[in-house]
Amino acid sequence: MDRRAAADLLKEKFPDAVQSVEEFRGETTVAVDSVRLRDVMKHLKDGEALRYDLLLDLTAVDFADESPRFRMVYLLYSTRFGDRLRIRTRVAEGGALDTLSDIWKAADWLEREVYDMFGIRFSGHPDLRRILLDEGFVGHPLRKDFPLKGTEFDQPFWSFVFQPKTPI
Amino acid sequence: MGITDLSQDALQQVINWARKNSVWPVTFGLACCALEMMVASSATYDIARFGAEVFRPSPRQADLMIVAGTVTKKMGAVLRRIHEQMPEPKWVIAYGSCACSGGIFQTYSVVQGVDQIIPVDVYVPGCPPRPEDLLNGLIALQEKIGRERWGLRKLVSLPRGIHG
Repeated sequence: MDRRAAADLLKEKFPDAVQSVEEFRGETTVAVDSVRLRDVMKHLKDGEALRYDLLLDLTAVDFADESPRFRMVYLLYSTRFGDRLRIRTRVAEGGALDTLSDIWKAADWLEREVYDMFGIRFSGHPDLRRILLDEGFVGHPLRKDFPLKGTEFDQPFWSFVFQPKTPI
Repeated sequence: MGITDLSQDALQQVINWARKNSVWPVTFGLACCALEMMVASSATYDIARFGAEVFRPSPRQADLMIVAGTVTKKMGAVLRRIHEQMPEPKWVIAYGSCACSGGIFQTYSVVQGVDQIIPVDVYVPGCPPRPEDLLNGLIALQEKIGRERWGLRKLVSLPRGIHG
């Protein structure tokens, strides 16, 4: 399965969703309309000639001075064809994307991490909580406007530690 | 001689002697300092000389918590819970700069000193401290235990703790 062919197949199937196809040093990046993201991803996983069954990574990049602000990046791998593909989409501040956690299980915690670090919401996610930081934390550290040390990082954090929780 | 014949002071001394020579730590390593702690229990440094070689996997069987490494705020609640699960009397050694004060991690995700969460008896700074430093801290703790008197040792009394 040729890389170029995967992007072409995608363009054929979703002419309105695929915004651009870039080729850089043998890596293919397909920009997708965020509204159609779920349909495209479902097809990428299940399509007979595609079979991108492994979600390697999912993350976001903050372009603070652009609009929409965030760029989501999905790295896919096809274990059948040994082929890699990068899918990109844009999401505005305060906006939400559709979850992919029911398509790839791996997306569950990765989406939680993106929510934790960037504040991007995923509609339909089964358990969208912070994953790396504690639950009382305010702010999203990987945003460009978040101060490096955080605000009041050296203050005691009783409220974080002693929130009532169900016993383990 | 029955135990009732001993004066309270002498009894206290016997108890202190027993306690300080069998300080069992809970297995609790958080970062690179934990490796130094493991070395301290190896043949070269042999923490068993001080009766503290029995690292318990359960906090309910431990007397000492060696907080070895960086305490993240996410870990803070877990650390507090493990400390509360340890039976009295219990002691804490903050091992390494991170546990003492946050160390180099002046950042939003790291606790700036574990004494914000649990009471600390002995601070051992260093990045990481050598195993000898841990032994030194342990000896200091033993001396501290040896000086304890009835009623002197307060139960954990940080606000909102289980002891109150």
